[in-house]
Amino acid sequence: MTTRLGWAPYALLLPSALFLAVFFATPMVQAFGLALQQPDGSIGFASVQRMLGDASFSGALLTTLALVVLVIPVQFVLAMSMALVINARLKGQGMWLYVYALPLGISELAAGIVWVSIFTQSGWLNSILMGLGVTDRPITWQSAETPFLLIACIVIAEAWRATSIIMIILVAGLQSIPREFMEAADVYGATNWQKIRRVVLPMLRPSLQVALILRTILAFQVFATVIALAGRGLYVLAGEAQRWATDIDNDNVAAAYAGLILLMSLISTVLFLVLLPTREEHQA
Amino acid sequence: MTAANDVPMARPRAGRDRVVGRTLTYVAATVLALFILVPIYLIAVSAFTPRESAFDFPRSVIPTQVSTDTILFFLNASGVIDAFWRSVIVAIITLGLSLLIGAPAGYAIARYAFRGREGYRLVILATRAFPIVILAIPLAVTYRLWGIDDTVIGVALMHTALALPFTVLITSSVFISVPRELEEAAQTLGCNPLQAFLRVSMPLALPGLAAAAIFTWVLSWNDVFAAVILTLRNPTLPAKILTALTQSPIYFQFAAGFVMLVPSLVVIFFIRKYLLGLWGRVVK
Repeated sequence: MTTRLGWAPYALLLPSALFLAVFFATPMVQAFGLALQQPDGSIGFASVQRMLGDASFSGALLTTLALVVLVIPVQFVLAMSMALVINARLKGQGMWLYVYALPLGISELAAGIVWVSIFTQSGWLNSILMGLGVTDRPITWQSAETPFLLIACIVIAEAWRATSIIMIILVAGLQSIPREFMEAADVYGATNWQKIRRVVLPMLRPSLQVALILRTILAFQVFATVIALAGRGLYVLAGEAQRWATDIDNDNVAAAYAGLILLMSLISTVLFLVLLPTREEHQA
Repeated sequence: MTAANDVPMARPRAGRDRVVGRTLTYVAATVLALFILVPIYLIAVSAFTPRESAFDFPRSVIPTQVSTDTILFFLNASGVIDAFWRSVIVAIITLGLSLLIGAPAGYAIARYAFRGREGYRLVILATRAFPIVILAIPLAVTYRLWGIDDTVIGVALMHTALALPFTVLITSSVFISVPRELEEAAQTLGCNPLQAFLRVSMPLALPGLAAAAIFTWVLSWNDVFAAVILTLRNPTLPAKILTALTQSPIYFQFAAGFVMLVPSLVVIFFIRKYLLGLWGRVVK
């Protein structure tokens, strides 16, 4: 029926393919070109070396990695709890989903500021702690002198902001588990915990893998939450890329940072694909 | 609510166990919901506290005075309203462009079986996860060549590149859900393929397309990294707020955070039905 219009699908795809070629593929190649361009225009590693030799480079790399390692497990535990709650079909299921999904629409910057209002010296956390009599004077949470506390603040803010996306992927995964599997587990007298361990988690593997890849890539780009909570008291890779691009006006070093972020994203993706192979599930 | 619907939890072994399990699930659901909602409430209280009380400490969680003083101060601050409108315009252009370019591709993927369809779908899925950082820096260089640096259209083009994969994915899932038979029936009754699409599929797909549009809008509204890189004197709202962050009083930040956050609460409400389709589909 539609075969007589063999060219039609390609014509429909063409605009998007062209657009992605110009605004996606080209800049990606250009980024590496820029990173490998030296001040005199020749090709070499001068900009990369300048990035590696920069005083804030190792700090930025370490902080970014630390945030990835600390935030992601917290987010997965939270997201899994939320997804199981949604899947338990409580009254007002749609409302619970809406509330848990709310941060999905909240920007990094807005989320950072929300948590500034909580962690700042005269903020909500200190007000509540004093009200409860836990402390008699306000605690300084966001200070470059106590980087661990500062990182903890960012971890909490990021867990608040970016857990929803994992939750959504997991809820969709849970809904695709055939009901017969759970019923079979019931017939054999499995406890809730056994059902989660033996049925839910194995069946969720593809969803977990996708969520892990996606969330890790996004976590490598953490930026505005850090600026909002730490100012320039804490460096991260994306923040450095922005600083070199706009404040220092050196696109080559900025591109080197961008390239590094892309490289780390690719490596983590491959790692997750290799470490968490999803076996072919037999669909019911 | 039949017991058979309760997938992971419940499915009673004993009635008392079931009640306990159910109650615990409600407790968990509430705790998780409070984690999301309380910070939103607190930033709202902060934003509606008048400026002179911004540093009162300890503060009362129940607002004693509600005033729009702080929010008006923020909106009247130099450049904020301009940046606000720029953000709105960028988001509208992004929305229009990405539907115009993305919806035909989504339609092709949904409706035609053609060589390269799976490949294209995979490319789209992969681009969804790509770092913004890597696109923004080279594009800033390209834009200077094209003479569209520091412009609304430049930012909108970049946002379209970010939004396009989502638009293609959502629109394709929307068109899959519109029965193809209806369109074919219209064709046997004398419509050409374009008429069949415009008169039959399009009206049915409209709510889904609206969801795609809203999602695109919020993606653009929230972006701060690309906007900060691509603009200087003509920033969007998040870019304006980010660069003003270090020199601005804390009440300015609170109002800014609240103003940026409000649209997302509304948006997520309108697209809540489509969230699972948006992110839930797992690559297989």
